[in-house]
Amino acid sequence: MGRTLTEKVLGRKAGKDVQSGEVITVSPDYVLSHDNSAAIIKEFHKLGVKKVKAPGKIVIVLDHIVPAADEKYAQNHKSIREFVAAQGIPNFFDINAGICHQVLPEQGFALPGKVIVGSDSHTPSYGALGAFATGIGRTETACTWATDEIWIRVPETMRIDLSGRLRPGVFAKDLSLKLIGDHGAEMANYKAVEFAGPAASSFSVGSRLTLANMSAEMGAKNGYFAPDDKALKWLEGRAREPFVPVSSDPDARFESVLAYDLDGLEPQIACPHTVDNVRPVAAVAGKPVNQVLIGTCTNGRLEDLEAAASIFQGRKVHRSVRVLVIPASWEVYREALNSGALAILVDAGCVILNSGCGPCLGAHEGLMAAGEVCLSTSNRNFQGRMGHRDSEIYLASPATAAATAVTGVITDPRDFS
Amino acid sequence: MSQGTVWKYGDNVNTDVIFPGRYTYQIMPPDEMAKHAMEDLDPGFAANVKPGDVIMAGKNFGCGSSREQAAACLKAAGVQAVVAKSFARIYFRNAINLGLPVLQSVEAIDALATGDHVDIDLPRGEIRSAKGIFRFLPLPPSVLGIIAAGGLIEYTKSKLAEEQE
Repeated sequence: MGRTLTEKVLGRKAGKDVQSGEVITVSPDYVLSHDNSAAIIKEFHKLGVKKVKAPGKIVIVLDHIVPAADEKYAQNHKSIREFVAAQGIPNFFDINAGICHQVLPEQGFALPGKVIVGSDSHTPSYGALGAFATGIGRTETACTWATDEIWIRVPETMRIDLSGRLRPGVFAKDLSLKLIGDHGAEMANYKAVEFAGPAASSFSVGSRLTLANMSAEMGAKNGYFAPDDKALKWLEGRAREPFVPVSSDPDARFESVLAYDLDGLEPQIACPHTVDNVRPVAAVAGKPVNQVLIGTCTNGRLEDLEAAASIFQGRKVHRSVRVLVIPASWEVYREALNSGALAILVDAGCVILNSGCGPCLGAHEGLMAAGEVCLSTSNRNFQGRMGHRDSEIYLASPATAAATAVTGVITDPRDFS
Repeated sequence: MSQGTVWKYGDNVNTDVIFPGRYTYQIMPPDEMAKHAMEDLDPGFAANVKPGDVIMAGKNFGCGSSREQAAACLKAAGVQAVVAKSFARIYFRNAINLGLPVLQSVEAIDALATGDHVDIDLPRGEIRSAKGIFRFLPLPPSVLGIIAAGGLIEYTKSKLAEEQE
């Protein structure tokens, strides 16, 4: 019997053949945390050890509230910088790097075959490059710093076979929303999700990051693409250490298989207040919005900013809408400067913010008042997430976001093609 | 065995409504966290919850972010256990790691309502009420050691101390 990518990656780490359902203890390759490192440090100090066990495996990226929005956040950042210095943690990225889920791939941590755990629920993003990556809590992160090991139940795998090709105006985000809308927010709870089939290789690395990121909204433990030539080429000059690409065996056992044909897919939108409340954009077209957010770990990459720029080209943001654009990282920021995308966005009337999570998690930089509506390219639309509990969030692709920003009402981006 | 009153909610109760993101990156003591528990789902919860009360909910309780306060704030509010049809995976791990029992029982959720009184017997795996006795799935052996130690910090602390001896 063959093994899935997840079974093989975890088996190599455990030093034995493993199958789904087994509970194993592994030493991860990297342990991610962000601004919540301040809280993790407090837990770490309760453990009675002075030094982290493997400082080279710890990666800390300040991204959630950058620059610090008030004194409390400033104190958090300060305590993290002091801990990093005292512990000799080499992989620290301050407020001028970007969102962790973009920085780890760009900086060559997210590699095929690696095991990465992170105290952030969107850690599965790194599966885009063939890693096993999953989210954990703060207490677990503190303990992993101290012990360099963590228990993991090897998950069953759901395979999603993709065929056909996306039509103009339709993107990876629309596919992810369609999947979650069809099968519910716990469609893959505790499971691995493999994106496969003849159309899988057609997705750019950026789009793979979007899909792996959104696997968290399916409840998945990890979501991934098998590393192919496109992924390996993207990693050239980025990978910071050797790696061994791993893929599922042809006779691997999958718990379930879903088949999706991309040809018939339309732009999708998640309506308030759950990610699985999904409808075609056309079905809610005409709904007025107050704010549009283009960015986040889901859709803040160069291809996303360029998709938005192609709609904003020669057009203006509607006078009743404010548009926030947040490049996912400084690398993306520079690329978008060089490509001219940022100039188009600025000329259209968008506000460009520092790379980071922005208002997505409701802490700063563009929160909403009661009764306001935001269309966001992020991954969650839970009640009150981006401000007042009586505000509303719709989730869609950057193209839908840009089309909506131009008209002031929810708009199918294909109207602009 | 411990008695409490049921607070019943629906499916997909997410971490943003259990503990809002606007407080997530402020480090606050447990009693302060308890004041914000369930704030965006049930604004009356925090003021009225009593020690020993039980949260009951449908599928996928705790979906969303990895924020541990969503488990910590309920524990601090005195909630003795969360019973749900199913849990989101990070929430399940976080609750165990903090020593908040998370129990799965579809039958109990279907039968019980807000205001019902229940006794929860963890060792026997039973929820007893006037509406019947409901069994819940026993927790896997791999996590029982963590709960017995009082949470992952205590568990890891004693393990590290053993290694040093």
